[in-house]
Amino acid sequence: MTDATASVDRPSPLREFWFYFRENRGAVFGLWIFGIFAFLALFGPWIAPHDATTQFRDATLQPPFWQEGGNWTFPLGTDPLGRDMLSRLIVGARFSFFVGVVVVSIAASGGILMGLMAGFSPKWVDTIIMRIMDVILAFPSLLLALVLVAILGPSLTNAMIAIAIVLQPHYVRLTRASVLSELQKDYVTSARVAGAALPRLMFITVLPNCLAPIIVQAALSFSTAILDAAALGFLGMGAQPPTPEWGTMLAEAREFILRAWWVVTFPGLAILVTVLAINLMGDGLRDALDPKLKRS
Amino acid sequence: MLNYVIGRLLTFVPTFVGVTLISFGFIRVLPGDPIIVMAGERGLTDERYAELEAQFGFDRPIYEQFWEYLTGVLQGDLGNSFVTKRPVWDEFFALFPATLELSVCAMIFAVLLGLPAGVIAAVNRGKFYDRALMSTALIGYSMPIFWWALLLIIVFSGNLQWTPVSGRIDLIYYFPDPTGFMLIDSLRSGQSGAFTSAVRHLVLPTIVLGTIPLAVIARQTRSAMLEVLGEDYIRTARAKGLTSGRINGIHALRNALIPVITVIGLSVGTLLAGAILTETIFSWPGIGKWMVDSIFRRDYPVVQGGLLLIAVAVMIVNLTVDMLYGVINPKIRKR
Repeated sequence: MTDATASVDRPSPLREFWFYFRENRGAVFGLWIFGIFAFLALFGPWIAPHDATTQFRDATLQPPFWQEGGNWTFPLGTDPLGRDMLSRLIVGARFSFFVGVVVVSIAASGGILMGLMAGFSPKWVDTIIMRIMDVILAFPSLLLALVLVAILGPSLTNAMIAIAIVLQPHYVRLTRASVLSELQKDYVTSARVAGAALPRLMFITVLPNCLAPIIVQAALSFSTAILDAAALGFLGMGAQPPTPEWGTMLAEAREFILRAWWVVTFPGLAILVTVLAINLMGDGLRDALDPKLKRS
Repeated sequence: MLNYVIGRLLTFVPTFVGVTLISFGFIRVLPGDPIIVMAGERGLTDERYAELEAQFGFDRPIYEQFWEYLTGVLQGDLGNSFVTKRPVWDEFFALFPATLELSVCAMIFAVLLGLPAGVIAAVNRGKFYDRALMSTALIGYSMPIFWWALLLIIVFSGNLQWTPVSGRIDLIYYFPDPTGFMLIDSLRSGQSGAFTSAVRHLVLPTIVLGTIPLAVIARQTRSAMLEVLGEDYIRTARAKGLTSGRINGIHALRNALIPVITVIGLSVGTLLAGAILTETIFSWPGIGKWMVDSIFRRDYPVVQGGLLLIAVAVMIVNLTVDMLYGVINPKIRKR
């Protein structure tokens, strides 16, 4: 890092990024929420006041503390089986976080590899890869994920695999488009002339210059992955009870919606806040990383 | 233009074959033998098994099976449901109007609110309205719609008792449904209260399904408007002394609509995916609920056929949008 007196130097990329990212107050706010979410995901079971699956049979459907009949033992009330809502929400953070991380890693690494292949290969390979991606994109994503899970069997792992497959074409298209535009540039030609081998050309010369839109896409698909996994959980095709996954919690609580609003409201609110925070961050990332879209 | 249309149509063919291949492969990659699954718990004798195997063609080479499937699909033969024994094709088109009615209403809702919201936000850029509208749009965009549906049910069906919780119409009404669109059929039936009942059933699902497209359209309209408002011809219009209503409403909005129409077209896939959740929650008897039920019932021909038909529907819509885009935006045609 350079200090202020040496400001003639170009600031480090990280510092430049932070400069632009900080300008977007929503993004910084989103980053804070995301930080809390990540913290809960990592340390949830040690923070939660109760065990997430313990059933307090004499305290079923207890309302939150501010309502009549609620108390501080269960600050956000209990569910129909007498499990503490707050603890389940805190422990549930790790499932959503895990889904986001795993799905984005699989979808992005697979998608980037295929995008690079499509961009560097002869025309016929490119055509085949892109047609396959068109086929995947022709299906509504949630439907395809649902059918894939039906084939693989309902579980959180299979839901993650299905969502990753469904999200991956976006990375392929994005990477391929950037690769094709980078390949026109002089620095690639000079690297080629200098005798760079294909892997070096792909991963060291070209790829780093294609990363900006991919990072933005990663943030967006992180939130999509959380939403889709929750939706699959809600339909009974994701994490299975008694896992305190937020979508699964909603599904279990459905029949009690008119009697106990809190069992439905809080898990959904948790999903909304998390997804909102990630989308805010995504907007900030886009502002900071994509010079064309800056200050829109 | 003709070249553009032909070129676009040509890319349709391999995608269609690919989609067919996936739905064909679906039943063959399932764990377990489809014939055993179909037989259920009754079990099968060896002769009966061989008979069924021959009947479904599972004993022939895979490419022959695919060819037969493909030609069957092109003739509208998607097999019969395990559960109802009726052709998948007939079931699909019996339920499709319900989904179409809901989707069209959701889209109208999204466009009617989304376009003005985007325009207002763009014109008031950086001011209170812009911030308020865009924050709301971001919340809508991040909304888990299955939860949103439950919240609306708690408030409007539970506390206020304004709307029913499920179905398309109250059970006391009964009339023929030649079009399959409840709004039209209830109006034609002439029974008093039938139309109101249909509308009341439609309101919540429409809002739920329309929420994400609404947010997307509002955001897209705003950014398209902002881009257009910086153009020279807007400055010219302003210099001519036109009122700002005329400038924003006619000169700017018309040009901003091009990307917005694309977004609206591409939202059809989102709508169909959303319909899966919305229809399940509101027990709306459409394609989405039918697919989910069939997945749970392991009614594989239905899942297979429905998957294919939905994908083809989305592809046709996308193709139409691309064509329209070529008509509206002359720049595309020349490529």
